[in-house]
Amino acid sequence: MSVGRFAPLLAFRHSLPMSAIDTLFAELRQTGRKALMPFVTAGDPDLEFTAQVLRQLVARGCHLCEVGIPYSDPIADGPVIQASYTRALDQGIKLQDILEMLGRLTGELTAPMVTMVSYSIVYRRGLERFVTEAKAAGAAGAIVPDLLIEEAGPLAEICRRHDFSLIQLVTPTTPRSRAQRIAAQTTGFIYYVSVTGITGERDRLPQQVVDNVGWLRGQTDLPICVGFGVSRPEHVRMLAPVADGLIVGSAIVRRMAEAANRPRHQVLEEVGRFVTQLFDALENP
Amino acid sequence: MRALSQLPDAAGRFGPFGGRYVPETLTQALDQLAEEYEKARADPGFHGELERLLRHYVGRPSPLYCAERLSAECGGSRILLKREDLNHTGAHKINNTLGQGLLALRMGKRRVIAETGAGQHGVATATACARFGLDCVIYMGEEDIRRQRPNVFSMKLLGAEVRPVSSGARTLRDAINEALRDWMASVESTHYILGSVVGPSPFPRIVRDFQSVIGRETRGQCLEQLGRLPDTVVACVGGGSNAAGMFYPFIEDKEVRLVGVEAGGRSQAIGDHAAPLAFGRPGVLHGSFSYVMQDEDGQTCPVHSVSAGLDYPGVGPEHSYWKQTGRVEYTCATDGQALAAFDTLARTEGIIPALESAHAVAIAIELARDGNPEEAIVVCLSGRGDKDAAEVARLRGESI
Repeated sequence: MSVGRFAPLLAFRHSLPMSAIDTLFAELRQTGRKALMPFVTAGDPDLEFTAQVLRQLVARGCHLCEVGIPYSDPIADGPVIQASYTRALDQGIKLQDILEMLGRLTGELTAPMVTMVSYSIVYRRGLERFVTEAKAAGAAGAIVPDLLIEEAGPLAEICRRHDFSLIQLVTPTTPRSRAQRIAAQTTGFIYYVSVTGITGERDRLPQQVVDNVGWLRGQTDLPICVGFGVSRPEHVRMLAPVADGLIVGSAIVRRMAEAANRPRHQVLEEVGRFVTQLFDALENP
Repeated sequence: MRALSQLPDAAGRFGPFGGRYVPETLTQALDQLAEEYEKARADPGFHGELERLLRHYVGRPSPLYCAERLSAECGGSRILLKREDLNHTGAHKINNTLGQGLLALRMGKRRVIAETGAGQHGVATATACARFGLDCVIYMGEEDIRRQRPNVFSMKLLGAEVRPVSSGARTLRDAINEALRDWMASVESTHYILGSVVGPSPFPRIVRDFQSVIGRETRGQCLEQLGRLPDTVVACVGGGSNAAGMFYPFIEDKEVRLVGVEAGGRSQAIGDHAAPLAFGRPGVLHGSFSYVMQDEDGQTCPVHSVSAGLDYPGVGPEHSYWKQTGRVEYTCATDGQALAAFDTLARTEGIIPALESAHAVAIAIELARDGNPEEAIVVCLSGRGDKDAAEVARLRGESI
């Protein structure tokens, strides 16, 4: 079998976007728009509600949803997401159930899904098996918040083969030379962490975020999305000019947690209203 | 393949184990720590300062004591106790906290955080911080606060703030999670003094090196007292710091049998013990790849031990490699065996051991019964048992 036979095919593949995430950002860039990317915990209080929330978020125009796979020891997460993970795990939720729920939504949801998942879970599943199963369930990529570029080689190679994005994080403590190396090894988008700390709502975000993201913008063509602490319309206004997308986690998870003790349609409506407020800020800076 | 004494490699690996699985936010601080540690290692001033502190402040070298009445009761081999319980603060933990405290000073970090299970590492950290004039916050699970009250009061006396952790099982694992979360936000001004040979690189190596004073002294004391190396060395393994410090200087002495003792708890059922080397699988927890008690999804399992210091679902990556290579044998002592050894040592030698160390004593007693009188078994008596008196009384239904 000669390499030459495949060369044109490979060239063709590289000229195309690699995953649904690349397609999404290419389209948004063409029309000068920014992405709103909510994070939801899978299975809090149950997967049926998670599916309802995902439908609601996409119906309200969200461009991409991050699905948090609950983990027993999430060290990058603040109290709101931690507690949601604990509640989901206390219900006995399994990775298999989450993937099946996502699989049922595939085709129905127009926005790509990305899993936020600890390496412990990926490793236990088996790297190749995790990527294949997540992709089969409709996920376009994964964020593995405790997998540094030094340790990411084997998973990154598998993700490349499956056109599955492996999104890496850059933080305020990342030296610039390292940020360049991270950018070179990321696919999909770069997740810029706005604060030195754990996830959770903040009153204010540090002004350096704007400068840091501005600098990073000059180093890579990849979309840059900002998360951690983003929880208010004023944050969205502050960051929309420099970022390609904004990630909102705890502010949504906290509202979803209400589903345990209030009528679900009310909670859904509230989550929807909150997202619409953020969209107003995104589109009318 | 590298000699065991030459590990970890540049990536912080012991064979396949170890590495660094943490959020990007912590990378810079871990690199800084690794770099500062290399500089300190090459600095005779650093070694001189640490040695002075260990000698005049901790009271090192700690004795190697021949437990004659205990040995006679076993009727077999001779048992020798490495008396880490006689250190200032009553356990081996101070060897590490003084070393890391000096590193914090070198890095210009004025605030220190730490986790604690039994409270021994918390007390040792609070002590080092008081000695060096550093601010100190200790994370401790609520369940451990309940069973180790005396240590909680000591930490406060020493000027530390003790922050109760109410997540999860409210024990050591949850305290480490909270300390890491604090560090995520405070990493630029704060040093995290991790108390065991666990966590992301370079912690397992740094803690092992600071604890290796135990094994180095023991080796010299055996040559002096016995005229030879011991036949067997026994130490308890939670995260595994006293065992790593005891075993490492013997690791190339192939004729010395090394035995690590995990917490066998109430039974072999999941959730009833804390013995990942015996019953767990390799996986990722708290920043490193090592044996861990996990379910089929990679979620950490609950564990149990009567001893708060061993009540941990993971273990240091170097122990995983020592298990894989067969250099160290790992076994378990149950809650009941540990409590019996706690009594036996108190009664025969007038030494009340920590419940952690009592696990090692229990296995040493078993080995001594089967051994011959020519054989010498050294046990790392990693801490004293004053902190456990109230909990042991409670378990027996006695009020004190």
